[in-house]
Amino acid sequence: MTFDLFEKFDPILNDYNSLPKGAGNPFTVSMEQVLSPTTAIINGRETILAGTNNYMGMTFNQECMDAAQEALLTLGTGTTGSRMLNGTYNSHKKLEDTLREFYDTKHAIVFSTGYQANLGIIATLAGPKDYVVIDADSHASIYDGCAMGNATVVRFKHNDAHNLDKKLARIRKNDPQAGILVVLEGVYSMLGDQAPLKELTRISKAHNAFVLVDEAHSIGVFGETGRGVAQEQGVEDQIDFIVGTFSKSVGTIGGYCVSNNPKFEVLRLVCRPYIFTASLPPSVVASATKALELIANSNLRAKLLSNSRRLNNGLSQAGFEMGTTGESPIAAIIIAEQNTAITFWGEMIKEGVYVNLALPPATPKKLNLMRCSLSAAHSLEQIDFMLEKFILVGTKLGLLQDMPKRVLA
Amino acid sequence: MYMTQTVDEIFEQICKIIAPFNKKNIPITKDSLFSVDLELDSLNVMDILSEIEDEFDITVPLNMLPDMETVGQFAETVKQLLSEQ
Repeated sequence: MTFDLFEKFDPILNDYNSLPKGAGNPFTVSMEQVLSPTTAIINGRETILAGTNNYMGMTFNQECMDAAQEALLTLGTGTTGSRMLNGTYNSHKKLEDTLREFYDTKHAIVFSTGYQANLGIIATLAGPKDYVVIDADSHASIYDGCAMGNATVVRFKHNDAHNLDKKLARIRKNDPQAGILVVLEGVYSMLGDQAPLKELTRISKAHNAFVLVDEAHSIGVFGETGRGVAQEQGVEDQIDFIVGTFSKSVGTIGGYCVSNNPKFEVLRLVCRPYIFTASLPPSVVASATKALELIANSNLRAKLLSNSRRLNNGLSQAGFEMGTTGESPIAAIIIAEQNTAITFWGEMIKEGVYVNLALPPATPKKLNLMRCSLSAAHSLEQIDFMLEKFILVGTKLGLLQDMPKRVLA
Repeated sequence: MYMTQTVDEIFEQICKIIAPFNKKNIPITKDSLFSVDLELDSLNVMDILSEIEDEFDITVPLNMLPDMETVGQFAETVKQLLSEQ
């Protein structure tokens, strides 16, 4: 027995303490200056940002910055209150109107973060007698929403329609009247793979389940007007709730849920992560509103996906073991040894490229990943620079021994 | 078809499901702790749980995981869930 509340973290602390100190430590990076959506000064040198989720490059969009600045100067730095009390300004309502228009839905609720949107919606919708059925590779916010709610939680194999069918059939057999919420993601962030929404929603509906799709990594990126994978796959009418975030394509922070369910607005009265926190500051609300308008009418999606294909193809041809295929804005290589992955990261930052080091348990199948999220704001030169540095470091660490000579030359 | 099985029989069945996860071939007893003795993390245990659901055709809620630290507790839970059907 121990009285030390921290003792349980000792194994994690030991792992952490064995990481390289200083500039080579992947978890202590800080940006000294941010120059643009794709460049920053890190450790005193100009660095290309290749892992920021800034898919549309919206963080420095002039119209968004102007809107944010005006809101800051006219409405102040923060709302200092809950949406339920003093924290709803007209601009929060306008942002929700913009979302309704963007998704062509009847209802929209804005949360202070995407994490809270999942937490709030899942924990609130699925009560003690209900079931939540989640994909095994779900984001932490989905798992945490399950943990916060009182529903029975069942997990199905990643993107496996047959397995989902089995799990749902079993629940229905024992509990024909139960409320069931199936939670899916449009794009799974680590390997960038899409959910086969057509099949998964068909099966869910066959068992009378509600379907929630998290489009955090797909808003702006997929679909004719950037609504996400549900729009891309033509199944929006089968989906009851879409959750998303403003912290990626939209270039700021905040979360939301949209729905056509006639009773949806009641969530404003019962959803604790919506009520018991301060609402988004006016400047954030203003830039999110502007960015949504721009995303709906932009052609940046084509540029983004072509950037991703360029990096994915380049890495694959160089002989790296790929975790991604280029179907999404994610490009990730798999590195067998964790220590090699950590060293790889440190070498990349020295060479002026910031990528994400993604390690288990944040990754599926216990993979160690060097993960890039591309931006429509990356130039071809920047992508070729990343590629050059990947090949340089990969060669140095002996990861490309089997590669064809012509790629090296 | 598993309705009439004893806890021992269920335990044997579960051991077979765990085998591919038990990379070091550590001997499994009913008292084996997933985390300490079998060196399995929570994701492994969730994957094992999913396979158990499909093998025995039952729903084992993830919510029950905190109360199932040993392989024997898993077998007891499965027996319980089967008898409730």
